[in-house]
Amino acid sequence: MKTKKTPLFEQHNKLGAKCAPFGGWLMPIQYEGIISEHQWTRNNCSVFDICHMGEFLIKADALPSKLDKILTQNLVNMPLKTCRYGFMLNDNAGIIDDVIIYRIEQDKWMLVVNAATSSADFEHLEKNLAKDNVKIEDISNTLAKLDLQGPLSRDVLVEIAGEGILKLDYYTFDYFKVLGENIIISRTGYTGELGFELYISNDKVIALWNLLLKNKTVKPAGLGARDTLRLEVCYPLYGQDINSTTTPLEAGLAGFVDMNKDFSGKKALGKKQEQGLVKKLCCFETDSRRAPRHDYEIFSNNRKVGVVTSGSYSPSLGCGIGMGYIETQFSDIGTEIILQHENVKINAKVVKRPFYKKGSLRI
Amino acid sequence: MNVPEGLFYTKEHEWVKIDGNQAKMGISDHAQHELGDITFVELPAQQTQCEQFKQIATIESVKAASDIYAPLSGKVTAVNNKVVENPELVNQSPYEQGWLLAIELTEESQIENLMDADAYKNYLKESL
Repeated sequence: MKTKKTPLFEQHNKLGAKCAPFGGWLMPIQYEGIISEHQWTRNNCSVFDICHMGEFLIKADALPSKLDKILTQNLVNMPLKTCRYGFMLNDNAGIIDDVIIYRIEQDKWMLVVNAATSSADFEHLEKNLAKDNVKIEDISNTLAKLDLQGPLSRDVLVEIAGEGILKLDYYTFDYFKVLGENIIISRTGYTGELGFELYISNDKVIALWNLLLKNKTVKPAGLGARDTLRLEVCYPLYGQDINSTTTPLEAGLAGFVDMNKDFSGKKALGKKQEQGLVKKLCCFETDSRRAPRHDYEIFSNNRKVGVVTSGSYSPSLGCGIGMGYIETQFSDIGTEIILQHENVKINAKVVKRPFYKKGSLRI
Repeated sequence: MNVPEGLFYTKEHEWVKIDGNQAKMGISDHAQHELGDITFVELPAQQTQCEQFKQIATIESVKAASDIYAPLSGKVTAVNNKVVENPELVNQSPYEQGWLLAIELTEESQIENLMDADAYKNYLKESL
């Protein structure tokens, strides 16, 4: 498959970005440097090119519809112009994808999905919704997405989209007139900071990108910083921390599953809940600057008890941090573990999530 | 990329400065740039014996862990503990303050296996 480029690719080149493939797209990993972009986002405001992610528009007539049955969140009681984070599960309660659901109108929804899973997600939805008088449209090829994240992001957006921005509560959205277009702006993100996601047509995204960067408090940040920012607040990354063989229960994400409604995978999930969890997604800190890495093995008392799914040096904490699945009996907070890979051995300790607790997310 | 004259270079992007039987080494400007922000450096103990092109140290950046190879065989006679405390020195000053370790070399003829500055510049051009 040919690697795709977002409409902003030339802008990234002009800014001297290092680019690399991610989820089938050639994406900017860093501009100035991951650590400085990370710190800038925590203290000021950064803009991220997130055009690779997929967006589906769904017109579902009546509720509870089959759409509601595909997602773990309750769509019936969802207020207009709010967002919810949830999952599509397979029959074994494994996660097909984690998605953000937008309720645009009473019977109109937008689903924001991961780039790498986008086409499989679409097939899954079509297969399950086709007979239910539901229209589903993949608008990813015409809709661009920018994330504006950081404690100063609201001030920046007020200048561009007006004072209406001040009314957006966490996980709500509205339409705003920007560059002559009515665009969706939601108060959502993937950094643990106050932040917004902006959905604008491909034709206007270069102008919006440059307009945002005109503000001296805004700098571009790449997927490298996005990864360290999300890891510090323990947001899972699909394909690493969660996938089609892991369930929301094991991942500690049961709060995004409504067991009071019906959904695909519910039966299997209920059964796993009854049986008790064999493994759990845990957070751990190392005793040095050395970082855990994906696929490092986790040991306790010379026995392999788990595997690392994400890891990095934490710019905010100054030590290595990671997440991984550990057998339940070794998953208590404070448990000492050893991370191993070839001749590397790192001492680490299971800690409470999140690693970084001072985010501006809800200010 | 900065490629100072008078140093020798390896294909794995280490540099080495030879003075008599003493060889001081680090990673090249190209290598530090490719790795990005360096967050962790592990150096061997003094007196460790090393073999040319075999692993002698480890450097981690935010994104990945990388092995560092000895440019020459010999005995480690000095290590730069400053880069252990401040790994960013390797980014800021790869040829000066960011040096990694010094080796007392045992086989002078091994220098023939290294590139001089011009050869390394060509090597970088070819690998682009």
